[in-house]
Amino acid sequence: MGNAQGIGAAVKRKEDRRFLVGRGQYTDDVTLPNQSYAVFVRSPYGHAKVNGVEAKAALAAPGVLAVLTGADVAADGLGGIPCGWLVKSKDGSPMVEPPHPALAQGKVRHVGDPVAMVIASTKAAAKAAAALVEVDYEPLPAVGLLANAIAPGAPQVWDEAPGNVCFDWHIGDPATTDAAFAKAAHVVELDLVNNRVAPNPMEPRAANGNFDGANDQYTLYTTSQNPHLTRLLLAAFTLKVPEHKLRVIAPDVGGGFGSKIFHYAEELLVLWASRRVGRPVKWTSDRMEAFLTDAHGRDHISNAKLALDANGKFLGLRVHTYAAMGAYLSTFAPAVPTYLYATLLSGPYDFPAIYAEVKAIFTNTVAVDAYRGAGRPEATYLLERLVEKAARQLGMDRVELRRKNLIRADQFPYQTQVALQYDIGDYQATLDLALEQADYAGYAARAAASKAKGKLRGFGMSTYIEACGIAPSALVGALGARAGLYEAANVRIHPTGSVTVFTGTHSHGQGHETTFAQLIADRLGVSTDQVEVVHGDTDRIPFGMGTYGSRSASVGGSAIVKALDKIVDKGKKIAAHLLEASVADIEFKDGQYRVVGTDRVKAFGEVAFAAYVPHNYPIETVEPGLEESAFYDPKNFTFPGGTHLVEVEIDPDTGVVEVASVTIADDVGVIINPMIVDGQAHGGLAQGIGQALLEEAVYDAEGQLTNGTYMGYCMPRAADLPNFKVGNHVTACTHNPLGIKGVGEVGAIGVPPAVINAVLDALAPLGVTDISMPATPEKVWRAIQAARAGKGA
Amino acid sequence: MPKLTLSVNGQPRTIDCANATLLVEAIREHLGLTGTHVGCDSSQCGACTVHVDGRSVKSCTMLAVEAEGAAITTIEGLATGNDLHPMQAAFKEHHGLQCGFCTPGMVMSACDLAARNPAPSEGEVRHWLEGNLCRCTGYHNIVKAVRAGAGDMNGGK
Ligand code: FES
Ligand code: FES
Repeated sequence: MGNAQGIGAAVKRKEDRRFLVGRGQYTDDVTLPNQSYAVFVRSPYGHAKVNGVEAKAALAAPGVLAVLTGADVAADGLGGIPCGWLVKSKDGSPMVEPPHPALAQGKVRHVGDPVAMVIASTKAAAKAAAALVEVDYEPLPAVGLLANAIAPGAPQVWDEAPGNVCFDWHIGDPATTDAAFAKAAHVVELDLVNNRVAPNPMEPRAANGNFDGANDQYTLYTTSQNPHLTRLLLAAFTLKVPEHKLRVIAPDVGGGFGSKIFHYAEELLVLWASRRVGRPVKWTSDRMEAFLTDAHGRDHISNAKLALDANGKFLGLRVHTYAAMGAYLSTFAPAVPTYLYATLLSGPYDFPAIYAEVKAIFTNTVAVDAYRGAGRPEATYLLERLVEKAARQLGMDRVELRRKNLIRADQFPYQTQVALQYDIGDYQATLDLALEQADYAGYAARAAASKAKGKLRGFGMSTYIEACGIAPSALVGALGARAGLYEAANVRIHPTGSVTVFTGTHSHGQGHETTFAQLIADRLGVSTDQVEVVHGDTDRIPFGMGTYGSRSASVGGSAIVKALDKIVDKGKKIAAHLLEASVADIEFKDGQYRVVGTDRVKAFGEVAFAAYVPHNYPIETVEPGLEESAFYDPKNFTFPGGTHLVEVEIDPDTGVVEVASVTIADDVGVIINPMIVDGQAHGGLAQGIGQALLEEAVYDAEGQLTNGTYMGYCMPRAADLPNFKVGNHVTACTHNPLGIKGVGEVGAIGVPPAVINAVLDALAPLGVTDISMPATPEKVWRAIQAARAGKGA
Repeated sequence: MPKLTLSVNGQPRTIDCANATLLVEAIREHLGLTGTHVGCDSSQCGACTVHVDGRSVKSCTMLAVEAEGAAITTIEGLATGNDLHPMQAAFKEHHGLQCGFCTPGMVMSACDLAARNPAPSEGEVRHWLEGNLCRCTGYHNIVKAVRAGAGDMNGGK
């Protein structure tokens, strides 16, 4: 049959209908009988002592059910919000891991730190009462900026973290790297900042907690990318209620991009408050609150040095990075600038020596944690800015310098100097494909045309790699992870042959209900209409680690395939019995069991029926029913990579940068649904271009977020972006059964340096050599003015 | 509390709501139509877009009492029975949605554009969608969908 809905088919999404007719069910859409509402009183200071909380007036306000504070949290023995990854410093000492109470106890450490929780019978009543809570703050010196936090004598976020250092970590070999630099013909150096950005899924976070006292049962609806992880942390650390009494449901979730991975205090607090007030308690973040409390991304300050020989071959790389953690350690925060950043510093290049040091620094800001790409965009930005600078400094062609240093297809598996082993790739192929699709040969003519219009045109590129599907569990455990990173699946074949798949991954835009149905269709020969994919409910799904790090298809899909293998094998035994043949003679293909070389067949549906109506059945050796579970723990990361090319056109009078074209060629491994894969690339590109040109979460020195609304924070809009040209060149991942690598993050990883390299290319004739992200019109205009003034002088 | 009478998706409805109630709150909380979303607090995201007397409006920028006597259409009122509205169908056909959160607002806004401009260019669509934020799609497929949907609405199919 060669299933038309199977792997490789651009099947339209099954989930679309409910979203298109307004029947999606997001967390805030869930209103339970007798619902009550929570509003938080949050710190307006970056750092302050809390001398007291006066709630009398709020408690007396109409509709108010309770006002809860840090003292109540402590009295009820709730656990602090834990960090899921322990990183050790160079000297072997563990990172500084400060306490993180769900409601402030004694001190607040960032604007938005919750101090009290007001619960009332309506949202309006809760809001009005929250304004009546009086908190006696005593402001303390605060440090809102990473650059200030690392300066001598900076205010201390935590007494136990001198110099605000959380950990001082390194990777690679300093001696071989020193030797490489000693013999280098050229050394290229670059200081750069990776700007802090706010993830901004369009659906703000929300949580609705319900304690059912009669059954001693807790239910949490929450905007989570990984409900099982949330349940695990609630059970083991924060609420301290065992898993079988705790159900976590992440229904439709309106985007996450990393920010909904983490266990947030509000998830714990609504459950606890429900137990206290005897009613379900719902909290929904507004956008300003989201800016202040959702974990941010990036925020690095780095110095990088590249050593090259006389021919432009890379000899070594030395990197020093400061990475902001914020005031508290979010769930995966320490892993991001270490195991997801520094391990990627070899990029797609053959580097004989690398040494990187990373200092994680506390600041009086909301936490920094994984945001689309998580560490890998920071590594790519650093490397591709540096390589571009090298090409300019050495007078070499930017394409040829990269080509010369890319790992060759015959070098795989390739062991980097920073722990990772890349299994497979073909970086020359994606480079060639991108250049061809972008009509690189015609660039000079386009630049001349721009010039004729009085505009400056620039071309920028990046060749990049990423690591997805973080694994295997044993390795990440050795590196400090406090969780396993496998995935679980359960495949249930119903008596009439339709299928329900339960996956531990979570879809919040990625289209798993379609993609995973295609896997089943491909394997069992059923139609995708016959398949229902269930995710996001800990009571329905055996277990799971959720969706992040582009892991769902490669890890979650592989778990489904393992379960399908078991189904197919069991079906063979049943079919052998029905066909009166030996199991060894049965093959399964295109939805049929066949006695090899004959026309004796049983359709999959007939075998499924027999499994549930076992009248004529090998009952002595085979159990009835057809349902299998599997857990899949990958052997390695997967390594997508590719080339991103950007052309910009700059108006020298206004500094406005127009993105004229974006052409990418990625190798994301085997593709299940090309329509969905392209869509993932588009979304990542928009976020990457946003970071490069528009977005920055700007704290001031005292820790006030100065632009925490859509009036101040510049989100990419339709008119800011061009159409994207997306190409793929596939090399199949060697160690998972599907050959999939992952696509969720490629756009956000590869494109920011390509954009900035294009901007600098356009401005180079004026003498501009550096610009930081976001390259806003003001920044570009100022750079042009400064360069002109410098030249005139 | 004022009593408010209006037509919602073709049905006459009467609700009690406070003077300060926003139209989007009335739609979501009083009428239980949760397809209309709230994505911001500064009238920037467009997730709350509905039609008021045929024109697209951000329902978070309007008090419910201002809608007295008006005809409101929300995303729930667009399809006819099982048949998707051509704009909804175009979003599905061209993968113009991922998480779906911005989608109702996008579709409502796009329908208004198509009513004013039966064959919008790419640039016109991008300009029109200025008030609708999407974090998932990069707009590429939304633009495609809106142009196709406008064509289908205006007899293209
Ligand atoms: S909620 Fe109305 S514009 Fe954002
Ligand atoms: S589809 Fe998710 S915000 Fe547009």
